Amino acid sequence: MYSLEMNHVSKVFPGVKALDDVTLKVRPRTVHALMGENGAGKSTLMKCLFGLYTMDEGEILFQGGKVSIPDSASALKLGISMIHQELHPIPHRTVMENIWLGRFPRVGGTWSPIVDHKEMYRRTESLLADLKLNLNPKDLLRDLSASKAQSVEIAKAVSYDAKIIIMDEPSSSLTENEVEHLFSIINDLKGRGVSIVYISHKMEEILKISDEVTIMRDGKSVGTWPASELTTDLIIKKMVGRDLSHRFPPKENTPGEELLRVAGFTSPHAKSFKDVSFTLKKGEILGIGGLVGAQRTEVMEAIFGLRVHSAGKLYIHGKEVFVNSAFEAKKHGMALLTEERRATGIFPVLSVMENLLIANMKSYQKKSRLLDNRRMVDDTKRSIKLLNVKTPNSKTLIKSLSGGNQQKVLFARWLLTLPEILILDEPTRGIDVGAKYEIYMIMMELAKQGKGVVMISSEMPELIGMTDRIVVMSEGRVAGIVDSQETSQEDIMRLATKFIQ
Amino acid sequence: MLFDLSKKKIQNFIMQKAIFLVLLMLVVVIAIINPKILRLVVLRDILMQSSTKVIMALGMMFVILTGGVDLGGGRLVGMAAVISASMLQTPDYLRRFFPDLPQLPLFVPIVMAVVVGILIGVLNGTIVAKFKVPAFIATLGSMLIIYGVNSIYFNMPPNNSQPIGGLRPDFTFLGSGSIGFVPVIVIFAALVSIAVWFVLNKTVFGKNVYAVGGNAEAATVSGVNITHTLMGLFAVCGGLIALSGVLEAARTGGATNNYGNGYELDAIASCVVGGVSTTGGVGSVPGVIAGVVIFSFINYGLTFVGVNPYWQSIIKGMIIVAAVSFDIRKYVQKK
Repeated sequence: MYSLEMNHVSKVFPGVKALDDVTLKVRPRTVHALMGENGAGKSTLMKCLFGLYTMDEGEILFQGGKVSIPDSASALKLGISMIHQELHPIPHRTVMENIWLGRFPRVGGTWSPIVDHKEMYRRTESLLADLKLNLNPKDLLRDLSASKAQSVEIAKAVSYDAKIIIMDEPSSSLTENEVEHLFSIINDLKGRGVSIVYISHKMEEILKISDEVTIMRDGKSVGTWPASELTTDLIIKKMVGRDLSHRFPPKENTPGEELLRVAGFTSPHAKSFKDVSFTLKKGEILGIGGLVGAQRTEVMEAIFGLRVHSAGKLYIHGKEVFVNSAFEAKKHGMALLTEERRATGIFPVLSVMENLLIANMKSYQKKSRLLDNRRMVDDTKRSIKLLNVKTPNSKTLIKSLSGGNQQKVLFARWLLTLPEILILDEPTRGIDVGAKYEIYMIMMELAKQGKGVVMISSEMPELIGMTDRIVVMSEGRVAGIVDSQETSQEDIMRLATKFIQ
Repeated sequence: MLFDLSKKKIQNFIMQKAIFLVLLMLVVVIAIINPKILRLVVLRDILMQSSTKVIMALGMMFVILTGGVDLGGGRLVGMAAVISASMLQTPDYLRRFFPDLPQLPLFVPIVMAVVVGILIGVLNGTIVAKFKVPAFIATLGSMLIIYGVNSIYFNMPPNNSQPIGGLRPDFTFLGSGSIGFVPVIVIFAALVSIAVWFVLNKTVFGKNVYAVGGNAEAATVSGVNITHTLMGLFAVCGGLIALSGVLEAARTGGATNNYGNGYELDAIASCVVGGVSTTGGVGSVPGVIAGVVIFSFINYGLTFVGVNPYWQSIIKGMIIVAAVSFDIRKYVQKK
């Protein structure tokens, strides 16, 4: 008898089959870990369960009965709550309003329109006391740190008295102590008859807290095992589907002289980055590690001129440069592949060709100021071939390509500007395993050509496997710079939590 | 160090309230140029002029709180004014809109006008929520439609687009009468303000409005019905704007199909000046009231000190742009 069954679930997004005949069975009073690489379909599966996506095929059995979940409201009503991977705070509202949104206690019964603030405050206090969370119900969400905001999400998910709680990366911005605390909350919930679906990339966490583990790969379920039968190596093997040694291309680059030096970069905003310094060598792949909220993206955007900084200097080839806009950054040979591919990378309704050339249009101007069409077509064809972009032709709209191929187009776009320094922000997020390998190959090739590559990544294996050195950030500061050959996931984790209060 | 902190706080405060402070200065300047504007009768007059605008701006606030805007507001004022005025003329008036209409109870035409406003609001809300049309476009369409429909009504024989006059004294009392020294219309505005404050701060609907405006995604995953919330807030907006139109007819003692043209812009400007963020989720009733009163004072004051109307228009335009750019800075500068 299971408390939840998802049978033969499939879901197709334009250009990619996100879920392919996935089955998940969760027993009552257990923690069921869902594992897989980024893009394996874990979050998609959970969003289907929580009514945020509609599945194309498959069925959901909840407490033995078949149910349909068209939206989040019905999921919550059934007794399924969720901690979301991306936090969902309403910044200008209080902790208690954020927690009870959608089901405020009311003066005089369910149908009254008036919110009972006293009751809401009382319930929030007792909930927070129950969970031993140190939060003020009346604080505004925008004033809280990332880890406090995550605690609010946890409290909220628990407060629904759900039978199933989905936790999608609930510990991403928590400190070690807070994670311990979360685990005691989880054990408590188990005691009360709740089942938990736990998504995390952190192996130690999974092996410690979970009873069963379901592993997914490329939108398919690989299988389910009792956690006691698994080890970190076994899990990785099943997640990746081949040996770890073949996950990354062989390291053939050799770092040379200094290319970029960042000295004392500081944001004018109190909660942002502070005194960030590091160097990047020619032919080096430099990793930037850290937890969500460590301000990694913000630092890189500041270096690239997209954000202001109040102190700090930038040297390229030992000469100080001033970069106050992306335009200037480009002029100095820098390129930035942004994290949010859909939001800040691609132009979805433009063609592959236009997406490829957009950062470089000026160079195709003829004397007459008109564009040189033949050269544009030639360059496009060459780029598509060079990076092995799988597209019907260069006029195809980029939105119909898979994530991996979109990313390759973005790579090609910046390569056409002939950059010396490439900053890649989570370059393999949401990309299937095969395409990932190709992206790694491109990175290695660029490093071999003597370019400097900076890669922000939240995936430890990728950081360790691809880079030469890793800058680990914590709460906006550099917690340490480690040699990738000699470090371990544990070392990086320790540094990443160094400055968390 | 302590000094530093307080300096930063002051800077912050000035930053947050910049536009407000600039306008207060303008008020002071006007008062210095012609101190007569500070006489009680004049201030009372300004307050009366502000009243219908307060009601309208409070309606507009609901839409702006969700990051939208109601462009049809001004035309809805005209429609509500014409509807109510057409049925509230004295029996002995020569050019009655409905020559044979019996004397209706006062509240009937008023309620009819407000209900029309609510229905138009529901329609706007449905188009925005169900068909995902941006509020800007949806209400641009309804602005034109409302004006057209109202003009057809206004042009019906025997009226044939004559301005509607001869309003019943019990009706005009609502707009220009007073109880003691306190104008009735100001009492209306105060009651509406209290009601709106209550709805926004004490009811589930009000909190959902802030939630949908602050983070629609969060509202969705918390099981808030976004469609109902949007339809509801557009309905409230329509109802309040129609009420302000009715009172505008009562205040001025007449109505034409061109009543209220452009008022929506004043309402939007007042909201923004009063701290309602155009990005959604932030705004309060006292802020909006302050915004409207300051705006009316400047409007009135510029005429009072003899600034020509063309310059007034230029000044108002600059105030609106400045207000929004300060508002945006507050949130964008965080980068």
